[in-house]
Amino acid sequence: MIIKDAPIVLETKGMTKRFPGVLANDHVDLKLHKGEILALLGENGAGKSTLMNMIYGLYHPDEGEIWIKGEKVRLNDPGDAIARGVGMVHQHFQLVPVMTVAENVMLGAEITRGLYLDQRTAVTKVHELSMQYGLEVDPTAVIEDLPVGTQQRVEIIKALYRNADILILDEPTAVLTPQEAHELFRIMNDLTEQGVSIIFITHKLKEVLAVADRVGVLRGGKYVGTADPKTATEASLAELMVGRKVILQVDKAKAQPGEPVLKVSDLVVKDDRDQIAVDGLSLEVHAGEILGVAGVQGNGQREFVEALTGLRPVVSGKAVIAGQDITHAPPRTITELGVAHIPEDREKHGLVMPYTLADNMVLNRYYQKPYANGIILNQEKIDQDGAALVEKYDVRTPSVYTPASSLSGGNKQKVIVAREFSREMKLLIANQPTRGIDVGSIEFIHNQIVAQRDEGVAVLLVSAELDEVLGLADRVAVIFDGRIVKTLSIAEATRERVGLLMAGSDA
Amino acid sequence: METTTSIPIWKRIWDRLGILGAIIILVLIGIVVSFIQNQQVTTAVLSSTIRQSTPLVLGALCGLIGERTGIINIGIEGQMLMAAFIGYLANVYIGQLGVFSVGMTLFLAALIGIATGALLGLLLAFMSVTLKMDQIIGGTVINILAIGITGYFYQVGLTTQGKLQPIALGRLADIPLVGPVLFDNPPITYITLILVVVVHYMLFYTRWGLRSRAVGEYPSAADTVGINVYLMRYVNTTIAGGFAGLAGVFLTLEAVGSFERLMTNGRGFVALAVMIFGKWTPFGAWGAALLFGFATAMQTQFQFMGNLTIPHQFIGMLPYLLTIVVLAGFVGRSRPPAAEGIPYEKE
Ligand SMILES: Nc1ncnc2c1ncn2[C@@H]1O[C@H](COP(=O)(O)OP(=O)(O)OP(=O)(O)O)[C@@H](O)[C@H]1O
Ligand SMILES: [Mg+2]
Repeated sequence: MIIKDAPIVLETKGMTKRFPGVLANDHVDLKLHKGEILALLGENGAGKSTLMNMIYGLYHPDEGEIWIKGEKVRLNDPGDAIARGVGMVHQHFQLVPVMTVAENVMLGAEITRGLYLDQRTAVTKVHELSMQYGLEVDPTAVIEDLPVGTQQRVEIIKALYRNADILILDEPTAVLTPQEAHELFRIMNDLTEQGVSIIFITHKLKEVLAVADRVGVLRGGKYVGTADPKTATEASLAELMVGRKVILQVDKAKAQPGEPVLKVSDLVVKDDRDQIAVDGLSLEVHAGEILGVAGVQGNGQREFVEALTGLRPVVSGKAVIAGQDITHAPPRTITELGVAHIPEDREKHGLVMPYTLADNMVLNRYYQKPYANGIILNQEKIDQDGAALVEKYDVRTPSVYTPASSLSGGNKQKVIVAREFSREMKLLIANQPTRGIDVGSIEFIHNQIVAQRDEGVAVLLVSAELDEVLGLADRVAVIFDGRIVKTLSIAEATRERVGLLMAGSDA
Repeated sequence: METTTSIPIWKRIWDRLGILGAIIILVLIGIVVSFIQNQQVTTAVLSSTIRQSTPLVLGALCGLIGERTGIINIGIEGQMLMAAFIGYLANVYIGQLGVFSVGMTLFLAALIGIATGALLGLLLAFMSVTLKMDQIIGGTVINILAIGITGYFYQVGLTTQGKLQPIALGRLADIPLVGPVLFDNPPITYITLILVVVVHYMLFYTRWGLRSRAVGEYPSAADTVGINVYLMRYVNTTIAGGFAGLAGVFLTLEAVGSFERLMTNGRGFVALAVMIFGKWTPFGAWGAALLFGFATAMQTQFQFMGNLTIPHQFIGMLPYLLTIVVLAGFVGRSRPPAAEGIPYEKE
């Protein structure tokens, strides 16, 4: 590819955006060439999504210019950006759950015959697009029935349907399985060959090195540099992002396992569709060790964790925490036993979006002293301790009074970690604890998990990220079809072996 | 269509209509049997059912057009009441001018009533979209406003130009039972039936409908494809107000012919129940309104029979009890538009 000579299709000059108390973008100059994949890196809260939202016309810059295909443009709303060929797949999918794929795709740019909404032509059109770009999807399927990987394809089709040739992908791989991510990279390459230019945001440096033609880095709202993925390494990219050396490898001593804290035997749990998702699962986690549960997403991990934390009824089997049977216990009983939980879906189970950060920080103990006196809350203490946690866990926010909803994705995750870790615990259940988090914060969270282990906490780590499991765990349990198919010591757990077990073959 | 020959006809009907179809067929059989038993009462009860259901259907359409875009409207009662009152006054005063024929006077009065409802819809949109007020409070404001204003300005003894008269649809009106019930009605009753079909078509088969539903389910998804969420909500809430206005006008210009204090008598709230029972669909709401209308008609019939030992207050409860039982027991899970009641924030 001769990217250097390709014309510039998108350029921002001096883009600046302020939110109450935050300078989210500070004179950002960004260039995108025709047919390239530009990876945009930056810590949580660096301003990546903000910049993209301005290019897409959702936010309006306080200062600065946007040039698209050699023309200076004013974007009042996404309609203006769409008209100029910009398409965006948001960090949070923007699909109407109860509508079909075809309806979602044509929404806002409907095909009509007179008044009549021409569903049939829309279905054909979606089908054609999906054939042309290899984006397999059933146009008549209802969105809420589709797995996230497919929903993402719908988002891409949505952009292509509007003839987008500048495509923004905001953390598209955060919710994908490795297989789905590979499929996405193939699609991205196909698209660039057809002349589409792509901005790709991610926190996974491996992916950057694998697919990007050029790398741009934001730090604290400023554009701090461009890197060439051919010469860059994960370590050099991490340093550019965070502004200091980052240790990507977790540094830990050998585990000193003690008594079992969590004992699960023959657990059976159903999913939302009433199908058996966890099918006779048994495992043990000891004090002072990290048990990593590796598996392709959708093999019962979510249901297993929800059952352990009291969020989902157990059909049969038994779960014991610290000697107490919690099979049918409500969440509060389990929490009070000293269980900390980092949920998979941070927006749904982790935070109350409209509440302030300070209030979110005490969700697991607000009713106890010193945060409450009888039925009266001690708001002063809540805010004070909240501020201390914000400081300690480096949550990037203007204040503790900010609602959780206005934090950047990674900072939301840090709030949950801060809350869960700031209380005495015996068992930590962490489901995808570093999803959507930048490398600097991953380092921090991993160190915190190891520190807890060394204090004698039993850690159950569930992650679809094989690197994370292999880097952190002392023992690896592979989950497949709702069952633990094998438990390996970390020495036995090679990438290949675990990979094979995850795919269901008996290695 | 070629391969259907092997499947028996009753099975095909059952597959298409299911339980709903079975109920409809049972009801039809019931009507025929009852008609054979007593022609007069059956015809009267069914006519009354249609009459009673009309304002409920219109109120429910008002509710669902708004709620489909995410605006909860509990001010339907107030919108109806105010429109009933203003429409009535328009009838009186335009009539006094002596310039227009009776028909024209009634037509203009109806338009003014509809506009009144729409204006209150606009007010609701302003409160919920622009001021981002709690929508329940916004609706309550409208209800209180309507009760206060109509109560204060109402005077007895005004003379009107009469009311809208039934229009018999030619020979259709001569069919026994069906004729007098369906084809010999005043104009707003006909218009209501047409509106059910029109709103259904608009909501599910047009661009406007798709966008409305998207705005009510997931406004940011609509916003990111360039749809103006605020504008959609304004437009729909205002149009919806017009439907409530028509319901009010129905009471003063078609059903009764004059105004009384608090004459809507809770119909705006029943219309909300009807909307929910109908799962936010026009045909569902229509069915629910017929059921409620039927219960009301039966209740009146019982009162006429006079020789009952049950106190009449209990019989008066019948329609409401029926609504509660049906809502609580038979509706099953119905899912309101996901974003209803939540003001949309852009940045
Ligand atoms: N709607 C908003 N209101 C107030 N502040 C906001 C809003 N959106 C973003 N911010 C703030 O602007 C800053 C940049 O946020 P942005 O979402 O652009 O970060 P990001 O680089 O995308 O981070 P992440 O990797 O975590 O998604 C953050 O400090 C965030 O709190
Ligand atoms: Mg972001």
